[in-house]
Amino acid sequence: MRLDDISGILGCEILGAAQCDIDVDVVVASDGMSEILAFYSPHALMLTGLTNVQSVRTAVVADVQVIVYVRGKRPTDRVLQLAREKRIPILATTLGMFDCCGLLYRAGLRGAM
Amino acid sequence: MAEELLACCYKVHGRDFDKGGETSTEIKSLLASLDLDPQLIRRAVIVAFEAEMNVVMYALEGRLTLSITDEDITIEMDDRGPGIPDLESAMEEGWSTATDEMREMGFGFGMGLPNIRRNSDGFDIRSEVGTGTVITSTIKLDGDG
Repeated sequence: MRLDDISGILGCEILGAAQCDIDVDVVVASDGMSEILAFYSPHALMLTGLTNVQSVRTAVVADVQVIVYVRGKRPTDRVLQLAREKRIPILATTLGMFDCCGLLYRAGLRGAM
Repeated sequence: MAEELLACCYKVHGRDFDKGGETSTEIKSLLASLDLDPQLIRRAVIVAFEAEMNVVMYALEGRLTLSITDEDITIEMDDRGPGIPDLESAMEEGWSTATDEMREMGFGFGMGLPNIRRNSDGFDIRSEVGTGTVITSTIKLDGDG
């Protein structure tokens, strides 16, 4: 599924310059970064409510290709800068984790966990 | 005898959540530049990252040694810290002594050490309460993970 379609489904705001012509097949969802690493799936979309620098570093380690911050949480400019350096698009939605997972599952995406 | 191709040492500072994980992303770039199998890189970087974050959360400081031979990748994290009184429990998924602050940072859910072991072909952990912990992970270059 194309990222711009996902963005529409979740009502996302794109934070910073992001490349949206990428495809996503798999989603990982957790506020625990070791959970993301334990269920590694390359090129996944990561849903998380954790907005600190470790969310981006975990995404780098786990080869996540896009991060969506849930529950209306916003990262700091420094986190956005790090994501830009690592070429990871960042989106944000006001929806909660459960609703995001449900909507993406209904749209055909599947979890790595 | 295995031929050593590369050896690097990194210092990791305890309680420095802001820089936590920086060393492991450096290691990822280094391994990628060596044109290693992406699966091996992924496993090695997960090991390094979990070991690094353990030091950041619990220890005063740690020294991460990365060595690569023509047979394997070895990551050793030697920390100066409180040590682990119950190693058997610490290796169980979900067992944790993390504080709320650590969990708010996204870590401390009892998955770190199991993740290190899962991604290792060889794994060893030694700990002395009041002194520190040494974790050694080996990943074979011809392993299948």
